[in-house]
Amino acid sequence: MKIIVCIKQVPNTTEIKIDPVTNTLKRDGVPSIINPDDKAALEVALQLKENCGAHVDVVTMGPQQAEVALREALAMGADNAYLLTDRAFAGSDTLATSTIIASAIKKLGADVVLCGRQAIDGDTAQVGPQIAEHLDIPQVTYASQVDYVDGALVVKRQFEDRYQTLRVATPCLVTVLSSAYKPRYMNVADIVAQDQKQVEAITFNDVVVNPEDIGLKGSPTKVKSTATKQFDKQIATYELGAEEAAKLIVDTLKQKHLI
Amino acid sequence: MAKNIFVFCEQRDGEIQSVALELLGVAKQLATVSGEQVCALLLGSNVADKASQLVAYGADVVYVVDDVNLAQFVTEPYTQAITQIAREYQPNAMLFGATSIGRDLAPRLSARLKTGLTADCTQLEIDQDGNLFMTRPAFGGNLFATIVCPEHKPQMSTVRPGVMKMMEPDYNRQGEVVSKTIAWDKSKFVVEVVEEVKEVQTVEKIEEAKLLVSCGRGVKDLTEAQNLATKLGGTVSASRCLVDAGMVDHNRQVGQTGKTVRPQVYFAFGISGAIQHLAGMEESEYIVAVNTDKSAPIFKVANLGIVADAQAVIKQLNKLI
Repeated sequence: MKIIVCIKQVPNTTEIKIDPVTNTLKRDGVPSIINPDDKAALEVALQLKENCGAHVDVVTMGPQQAEVALREALAMGADNAYLLTDRAFAGSDTLATSTIIASAIKKLGADVVLCGRQAIDGDTAQVGPQIAEHLDIPQVTYASQVDYVDGALVVKRQFEDRYQTLRVATPCLVTVLSSAYKPRYMNVADIVAQDQKQVEAITFNDVVVNPEDIGLKGSPTKVKSTATKQFDKQIATYELGAEEAAKLIVDTLKQKHLI
Repeated sequence: MAKNIFVFCEQRDGEIQSVALELLGVAKQLATVSGEQVCALLLGSNVADKASQLVAYGADVVYVVDDVNLAQFVTEPYTQAITQIAREYQPNAMLFGATSIGRDLAPRLSARLKTGLTADCTQLEIDQDGNLFMTRPAFGGNLFATIVCPEHKPQMSTVRPGVMKMMEPDYNRQGEVVSKTIAWDKSKFVVEVVEEVKEVQTVEKIEEAKLLVSCGRGVKDLTEAQNLATKLGGTVSASRCLVDAGMVDHNRQVGQTGKTVRPQVYFAFGISGAIQHLAGMEESEYIVAVNTDKSAPIFKVANLGIVADAQAVIKQLNKLI
């Protein structure tokens, strides 16, 4: 069985702070990490590798510095790593990104594609299902458990109020929740071994993809404007009796559609 | 030409989900500006009788697909049904709840229909030409981006539950109900549901809660706080002193030695706001602080600060809600 894990290098958003003077994001010095859900997907792949002898490749799309994320994946136990990088890929929205990644997966071949549920920088959860559609394979999202049983994947699929146990034949794509799998640490042998490995670059010329479908040109959605979070912090405080206080709280929260 | 605003009306076990009604409400507002109709998509098995509810909440037309293949949510049959309807009627926009169903279905559909999709929107606006402006948080809520999809139709969006306002239902409203039959490609039905199990909400993790009723030294009785949290669909958390006093379990502690939380609403009841506590909650979207000490540091980060006895305010809130 061949597994491809799609990972993304993301800024650690919990460390992003707002500059109180300029009201802009302070991104300098924010460390980059493997997106947590993607790391859990890699852990699923590595467990399948241990249990049924799978071959695990990792793929990411991004600038050259994303190689750091791939090297970490190799040091955790992945077999090969591929960096999708090309100026033609820049500016892609989720649909264009999924088109590019799907073209790479077609080239590499996979029985199982694993993704994280969503990335902490974009929070879209869209690229996984979109890759599955381009590959014309079934998807199972929000997976909290993935097992390989009698030639098929058995996946526990979470909803807000229930779960399903699904059985899906390969090839298929599964997106994984980070809460369910604790990723292993890099191990010394693999840290040494990854040093000898190549991270292979995949560029526009290596994949079959219509240039009209990728990059800014191939992205149906455009960012029109951005704004940082407005802090309407209350300076003055109200001194009220309990009854009036409760009423003010309820009215304010209702008005803001928070309750 | 692409026209009208379509709303995927999510149901579970035949019960229309509140996010669907919220979407009908915002769709009605948008459609009024753009001069379009609100078209509800009602998919499921034995759900046709729910169409009148959707009309009451703002739908002008309800397309019903009542089919045993839609009895449980599975991506492919739902995608096929909506794809067929979208190709026939050419919607200008299509809205989904940003739930574990909507966020599975909408991206699959967007790739099949080769159009754009904006995730987890918290604000939607439209112009007279029907161009949709979709605003969503990014970078963990630190940034808001407004996204457009100018050259592809339908303009698709998933919308965060609980943000949009539903209309007051009017069961005298008139709407058209259209029953649709789908030409299934069953060769693609390759995901088998072995079982589906409803779960009672287990102990919620405070870092995942959307609303936290957080208590400190100023709260003596936690039962009232627990009642309030239950009523508001949230959970109880605490500052360190209540944890040290053994009143609250450590996994509910907010702050540097506890958890970092960023719920939509954070109530700080009787919490003075030591820097270690603030570090764990100051990124919350909306903070309500109640404390008897008006110089308490918690008021510096609060969106709504009230100098009053926390225990008494909790009691009044329970009466009011």
